Amino acid sequence: MKKIIATITLALLPALGLAAGSSVELEDMTPDLHDKASLQRGLNTFANYCLGCHDAGYARFERAATDLGIPADLFTENLLPAGNKIGDLMANSMDSKDAKAWFGAPPPDLTLQARVRGSDWVYSYLKAFYEDETRPWGVNNTVFPNVGMPNVLEGLQGVRHVTCAQAPAYDEDHNPLFDTLTGEALTVEKCGIVAQKTKGSLSEEEFEQVVYDVTNFLVYMADPIRLQSEALGLKVLLFIVLFGVFAFLLNKEYWREIDH
Amino acid sequence: MADFKESKGLMGWIDARLPVTEAFEKHMSKYYAPKNFNVFYIFGVLSLVVLVNQILTGVWLTMSYTPSAEAAFASVEYIMRDVEYGWLIRYLHSTGASAFFVVVYMHMFRGLLYGSYQKPRELVWLFGMAIYLALMAEAFMGYLLPWGQMSYWGAQVIISLFSAIPLIGPDLAEWIRGDYLISGITLNRFFSLHVIALPLVIVALVVLHLLALHHVGSNNPKGVDIKKYKDENGVPLDGIPFHPFYTTHDLVGIAVFLFVFCSVVFFFPEMGGYFLEKPNFEAANPLKTPEHIAPVWYFTPFYAILRAVTFPLFGLDAKFWGVVAMGGAIAILFVLPWLDRSPVKSMLYKGWMSKLALFIFCISFVVLGVLGVLPSTDGRTTAAQIASVIYFAYFILMPWYTRWESTKPVPERV
Repeated sequence: MKKIIATITLALLPALGLAAGSSVELEDMTPDLHDKASLQRGLNTFANYCLGCHDAGYARFERAATDLGIPADLFTENLLPAGNKIGDLMANSMDSKDAKAWFGAPPPDLTLQARVRGSDWVYSYLKAFYEDETRPWGVNNTVFPNVGMPNVLEGLQGVRHVTCAQAPAYDEDHNPLFDTLTGEALTVEKCGIVAQKTKGSLSEEEFEQVVYDVTNFLVYMADPIRLQSEALGLKVLLFIVLFGVFAFLLNKEYWREIDH
Repeated sequence: MADFKESKGLMGWIDARLPVTEAFEKHMSKYYAPKNFNVFYIFGVLSLVVLVNQILTGVWLTMSYTPSAEAAFASVEYIMRDVEYGWLIRYLHSTGASAFFVVVYMHMFRGLLYGSYQKPRELVWLFGMAIYLALMAEAFMGYLLPWGQMSYWGAQVIISLFSAIPLIGPDLAEWIRGDYLISGITLNRFFSLHVIALPLVIVALVVLHLLALHHVGSNNPKGVDIKKYKDENGVPLDGIPFHPFYTTHDLVGIAVFLFVFCSVVFFFPEMGGYFLEKPNFEAANPLKTPEHIAPVWYFTPFYAILRAVTFPLFGLDAKFWGVVAMGGAIAILFVLPWLDRSPVKSMLYKGWMSKLALFIFCISFVVLGVLGVLPSTDGRTTAAQIASVIYFAYFILMPWYTRWESTKPVPERV
């Protein structure tokens, strides 16, 4: 019996640390749907950098404008792609045959990507491009190897490439090593590291904010009802609790006469 | 039951033509249930609550859903985004599907615990099992309708199981699909079966389940027959009218259930990818197989049994025997009333062997459920094989251990 339990326990153990899909460690991205400014900036980046090639074919411009508190006239003037009406779905005008010829596969619809992949993945992916001359667009991606997408944010991020660099040294127990004389941290040369090659128009923090915002927007778009759902949910739960109290009292009143 | 008072006025007019008052008395106000029901006895009522939820939300979903391969996925997103409160209707329905299995599994566990399937309640159990079978078909077909990746590939995997049957298999699978692979034709027939045929079957079976139950009367945690001792009016001394005592009792249980249910619906409808699987937010693509195909959680114990069979036998391949094992795992539940030879019903008075057997059985069922979610490895396959053997041993050995063990005397009264 003990053996059986041990086998079963052992077999289940790996499930605890199960990471689905990607083998690269993803960066943590916690969405904040209450941060309207972030969502608005995200929508701005999305409309200017993503929507040229990708669809968000299940979402409507007007819904995003309304939910994010952008007046319809401002939205139409600044963010609505030419030829679209504000009530339209966010479809682009790229022909899917052309798209296949240009990218190898039509760019996926982005409406629900954050729900399929998760916010950590989207955030990490957008930051993970690096220079790779063997690829058609000259870039590759550590999170999504051999992806068919060019690094559209390269102007903001700058070029990154695979190189060798000095990295902190550790002993066998993973304790950092220090120079015994100077007390400075010891380093070793590590290769295969992605590092900045040329600077983009934004600083690293500014760029991270841009990626955070657009990821935040994608999370919002994947389930636009999230905040309303939680607000309504609180009222519903409150009602159920009240109902439960009366049900409990009613039950108590009836069962008073039963000997049980 | 002939002693009900004749009503006057409108009710009297109706009663003379339709036995409304008589039926109400028979099934509610003069249906005597044992007074010692415990918390496990709430799940039958909760199954009814969820059934009503599924039917109502299903009717409203059908108003906006488009059953075609081209438009199904988009129409679900249309419901989620453009239909007024469509998201709520959809989440109630998708969470309801999982909730249905939660309460049904608890309800079945209650049956195992207190021997509710034993004489004279064999038919109650059989109708219940038929409901469970119909429910699995209903859930499976409903899961194809959103036409996401997991809808598509899950259906592909499960239907292809039929092709493992020798001789007729491939033709049978093609006949079920109506095509060489899952297509819009499959979607249309599953839609029809999901919204019309199976709900009718389930509702009819629920009626039979309840009629059979009310004919023989409810069991109770002690397994005492309350009909043995009656007062001068023929009312069981340990029975109380279902209405108002258990109706008010159940309202409390329903409130607790709704609190948990609505917490999921409003705050985490995906339930970490177990109620709504992540790949299903991507439209079905017959050319792109997902990395890992897992059925929804309520099917995973049986899926694990299917995958646990890894060896061919009598010249037939392992897949076929896997299907046989999976089918057998469900089929064996049907004959449960004739496997239990114990003179007592309730686990309270059964011997230690029955208690241990049920305990190990429940653990193996949960282990199988967890294993069914995960991609298989050698170690997990071994674990699934052990758990599958335990699953079957629980039933196959039951005629022996229930007879051999010594039981405690059952009290005369509740």
